[in-house]
Amino acid sequence: MTVDPSRTDDLAVVGTRRPKIDAMARLTGEARYADDLSMPGMLVGRQLRSIHAHARIRSVDTSRAEALPGVVAVITGRDVPIAYGVLPVSQDENALAVDRVRYVGEPVAAVAAVDEETAEQALRLVSVDYEPLPAVLSIEDALDPSGVLIHGEGQGANVHKAVALEFGDVDAGFAAADLVREDVFSFAGNTHAPLEQPATLAALGGDGRLTVWSATQAPHYLHRALARVLELPSSRIRVVAPPVGGGFGAKTDILPHEVAAAKLAMVTGRPVKITLTREEVFHSHRGRHPVQMWVRTGFTSDGRITAMHFRSLLDGGAYGSFGVASTYYTGALQTTTYRIPAYRFEGLRVFTTKPPCGPKRGHGTPQPRFAVERHLDRAAEELGLDPVELRLRNAVEPFSRTVNHLRITSCGMRACIEEVVSASGYHGKKGHLPRGRGVGFAVSAYLSGAGLPIYWNDMPQSEVHIKVDRGGGVTVFSGATDIGQGSTSTLATIVAEILGLQPEDLAMVTADTDLTPVDLGSYSSRVTFMAGNAAIDAASKLARLVAEGAAQRLGVPPEELVFRGGQVAVRGDPRKSLSWAQAVRAASARGALMTSGVYWAPEMAGPYRGSGVGISPAYSYSAAVVEVATDPETGEVSVEEVWIAHDIGRAINPVLVQGQVEGSVYMAVGEALMEEQSFRRQGVHRGPSLLDYKLPTTLETPKIHTILIEEPDPEGPFGAKEAGQGPLLPVIPAVAAAVEDALGVVVHEVPITPDRLLRALRAGHRGKAPVIGPASVPSFEFGEPERVQPPVGSPAEVAVP
Amino acid sequence: MSRRLLVLRVNGLAREAAVDEHHTLLEVLREDLHLTGTKHGCELGECGACTVLVDGEPWLACLTLAVDVEGCEITTVEGLAAPGRPDPLQSAFAELGAAQCGYCSPGMLVSARALLDANPSPTRDEVRHALAGNLCRCTGYEAILDAVLLAADRDGSARAAAHVAGGGDRGDR
Ligand code: FES
Ligand code: FES
Repeated sequence: MTVDPSRTDDLAVVGTRRPKIDAMARLTGEARYADDLSMPGMLVGRQLRSIHAHARIRSVDTSRAEALPGVVAVITGRDVPIAYGVLPVSQDENALAVDRVRYVGEPVAAVAAVDEETAEQALRLVSVDYEPLPAVLSIEDALDPSGVLIHGEGQGANVHKAVALEFGDVDAGFAAADLVREDVFSFAGNTHAPLEQPATLAALGGDGRLTVWSATQAPHYLHRALARVLELPSSRIRVVAPPVGGGFGAKTDILPHEVAAAKLAMVTGRPVKITLTREEVFHSHRGRHPVQMWVRTGFTSDGRITAMHFRSLLDGGAYGSFGVASTYYTGALQTTTYRIPAYRFEGLRVFTTKPPCGPKRGHGTPQPRFAVERHLDRAAEELGLDPVELRLRNAVEPFSRTVNHLRITSCGMRACIEEVVSASGYHGKKGHLPRGRGVGFAVSAYLSGAGLPIYWNDMPQSEVHIKVDRGGGVTVFSGATDIGQGSTSTLATIVAEILGLQPEDLAMVTADTDLTPVDLGSYSSRVTFMAGNAAIDAASKLARLVAEGAAQRLGVPPEELVFRGGQVAVRGDPRKSLSWAQAVRAASARGALMTSGVYWAPEMAGPYRGSGVGISPAYSYSAAVVEVATDPETGEVSVEEVWIAHDIGRAINPVLVQGQVEGSVYMAVGEALMEEQSFRRQGVHRGPSLLDYKLPTTLETPKIHTILIEEPDPEGPFGAKEAGQGPLLPVIPAVAAAVEDALGVVVHEVPITPDRLLRALRAGHRGKAPVIGPASVPSFEFGEPERVQPPVGSPAEVAVP
Repeated sequence: MSRRLLVLRVNGLAREAAVDEHHTLLEVLREDLHLTGTKHGCELGECGACTVLVDGEPWLACLTLAVDVEGCEITTVEGLAAPGRPDPLQSAFAELGAAQCGYCSPGMLVSARALLDANPSPTRDEVRHALAGNLCRCTGYEAILDAVLLAADRDGSARAAAHVAGGGDRGDR
């Protein structure tokens, strides 16, 4: 029997609308999230956090806290002195600050006590002697050569990462252009605010092995970091991710409390649980970088792009986190939507004394997507072209190479554009709605999984194991973490399709480093594509084993068997069949029924440093039209309706895909209008609570019309691509465009808060340009870029007219 | 800190616990009674994740002292389904994908239950307002609103025709 994973016809369960297999567990209170776990003798852990944005720690005195009855242990930076970081190049963070704090809220000490009250009281008894240093709160301050260094001693610019790359001949491209346009943009930082506050429970077994249950999106990376910091062989550590209550990137990095809980469990010999308070979640952060951007693009008079020069400046916060990758991501995907024959990218990330920024849904790409889409709208105005037409004229071709060496395969971008434009009636509305109402449009692309792991290795990016017991029960083992996106259900659906079973028939064991093979984690929209392909591999091998047993019994060659409806039957002769259980029994007589499947992404990296960021085995495409109603008196904007088309390749379960699309639209509306992680002068968070950090409720969330474009990807599992991040991207610039259409203001910055909008409207009344956005971006000398030869077949080879 | 022996009626059962008087209903449910189905996203009354029903009304368990609800009928998510028979809201939430991570769901479900008990056939806007205090970070709310309307529909047809209607299409989409 053969399994063709790209098979897209005649599917039994793939493509059907069905509840997630774990839906009821999450709807009845049965699912146990990290903070729901408890153990006999468990202690409560809490962390003491810095009150300074930047200070040297002269000393920490824990003696009074230790003397408090009920306190079992107090640890400080000296107990966990080994620095770590999720990226090998950024091992710059300690779970508890050793001699310096770099943001308000940075953990300095941790206690384990018999209950929460005692732990809280103990924190108040720890005294830290700080020597305050100047806070560094903006990119400009960070770049001041006479300013204080945040990492290291003395003065200088706080540059974490600077890159300058040029693909093709940008100067020639600009020289050939009829129009060269420059614009500047600003995107405020914001945070994920998953509803579940991260929690970690750690316990040392009698055998000396450490188990850590943590609300993490990437158990494998946590496993590696714990081994390093705790100086234990990774074989002595087990990391388990229970059901996770939302992530959006917040739980991808190694968070200080995860290390602290593990260390406290080792020190005390008792289970220790640390659950962050909501305020602490804002300090833990790792969210969207504030980015300032400058972009210059050349166009021919008929709107074709001749060259682009894009510059981004990222305010990284105190530590590296994923920041090097974030920096590259701000420049990587511009070319995945538009044919850009020559491209220069300059990116800079600076350290500041604020909570570290990291990956949030769309990781490093919503900011440049906002800038590029708005910039194209500006160019369309100047060229006298319709914004939709401008996109279509520059749309990237399927199965092509970009100038920066990205491999484009399937591409449903044109279909997405056509669908949303027609469904929304965009052309009848733009410029024609009554004042105060408007529509906007934008497109985007995103990865279906990062093409390379975070640390260099040549092992598979995902592995799946399947074991069958003699009664026919199938257990699937995957390291993938279900953070609510439905990865467990998606993998079950894929395996069930191949074995002719129902997803509900399978037992799923996930995200447990003792039991499950490695999957790199639920980030970069990689699980459906990568773990899905590994699941196909494992299930196909299993189907082959079962077919061989069944074939012998049925007296036909195994190639003639099909798996369908719980039967293993002879193709074309369904009367000749065995039930799944009978077939399993026949196959079990020939040996163990256990298989492993793997997924390796193809080799895609280009010939330059940083080419590992942006590559992906497939890109999803999205297009959105947004309609807003605004109130020029109050400056309030209400997003009324969103039409979004998403090129998913193939929806394994349309219910889940639609959910990812709608959730992305929702989050984008929050980022466009209200969400902002902002700080007071001394680096104190302006409102670390769910009331002060405004996020959309049912009342602010628009009506969403989701259109799924299914053009199967040749390498995706059953043709599937990603859905969890891409659909966020076009919505933010489309909201801004809609506000422009409604009120005639220029929107080059988000969020579009009422005060910003009112200021722009008032400027308009005074005869000034009504603009929301920066006048310039901070200057930085990037130096000569690394010049990279574009690949064969890229747009660089098409002569500029 | 004084402790008190408290009898709480939770999901139809009398449950006894020795609790700290200053402990919230949320703490007592989760830590003393081990009913961890009720969640928390802030413990400050901002997110609605901790919503439970007190005498049929949605209350924020994180802002309620356990000692204040002695003698009241408390319903948590664990009490919504009869064994083997989910609440129509739970079925509708499952079918339409209204629970992604599911962390908001316990609070959403009981808030929606209170709404449907008081107003069996709400409009979409009424559902929107009734759930405005329950934050969800995953779904974009569309599936949740659809699911509540679907459950209301089925409740209605069940009452009318004395049987549960089938179908799984998304509400008024
Ligand atoms: S936990 Fe009670 S409202 Fe958030
Ligand atoms: S489903 Fe995750 S918060 Fe609502």
